[in-house]
Amino acid sequence: MMKREAVFSKDLQNKTITVVRDFNAPLDLVWKAWTDSDILDEWWAPRPWKAVTKSMDFRAGGRWLYFMKGPDGNGTWCGVDFTSVQPQTGYTSSVSFCDEAGNKNTEFPVMEWRNEFSERGGVTTVRVEIRFAKEADMQTIIAMGFEEGFKMGLGNLDEYLEAHVPA
Amino acid sequence: MRRDVFQAIADPTRRAILGLLALHAMTPNALAEHFDSTRQAVSKHIRILAECKLVEQRQTGREIYYHFNLETMKEVDVWMEQFRILWEKKFDQLDNLLENLKNKKP
Repeated sequence: MMKREAVFSKDLQNKTITVVRDFNAPLDLVWKAWTDSDILDEWWAPRPWKAVTKSMDFRAGGRWLYFMKGPDGNGTWCGVDFTSVQPQTGYTSSVSFCDEAGNKNTEFPVMEWRNEFSERGGVTTVRVEIRFAKEADMQTIIAMGFEEGFKMGLGNLDEYLEAHVPA
Repeated sequence: MRRDVFQAIADPTRRAILGLLALHAMTPNALAEHFDSTRQAVSKHIRILAECKLVEQRQTGREIYYHFNLETMKEVDVWMEQFRILWEKKFDQLDNLLENLKNKKP
């Protein structure tokens, strides 16, 4: 299978990060993979982390509540509040950290996400725009990203590469 | 509190200072002239930038010049790289999953 490359761009002044990636599958399938929690649980967390959905209500005003579970069983609860949904086209959401009951952790900043989907010739393009709500938020998120990134990226990268790189 | 490059660039005035210093090194006075804020406020920003090693102070003759430190700015790219690795993993997982789903489809 051909591996597609993701395109990342950052706009620090506008506190925005954009990720664009093609998938070798029709739009309806890709849309389902991003919006159906059974499928999200299968891929949303980078291994060996695991996303475990507690509740999912995919509609404007609804919420996805899931636990990002680490290899040691510890993890973080995340809440995704859907602010708008255009079926098979895109959706926007506010992403925050919370507790098991879904109460937002106000120490951590909220991120505004915009996901757009389009298909051409059986290839679906997903564009994700992540915007940090406030100027000062960027630092917190980035500091967090560093920590998570290092934890997952470095600690588990070897294991990941071993399992995924063809001999 | 620990200062880091991300905190430094989170502030618009500090970004403006860095923008000026990226063009060429400047004395504290020359730098302060570009801003409406007091010299004191500007030097406080400079101090934070210096603590984060984004700006270096060098003596040239009798004058002190502030220089932009490109190496530190690269930390942002290191973070971006972590972010990228994370997402690449997720996308690879999704690729495999989509392949399976496609095959299951009638």
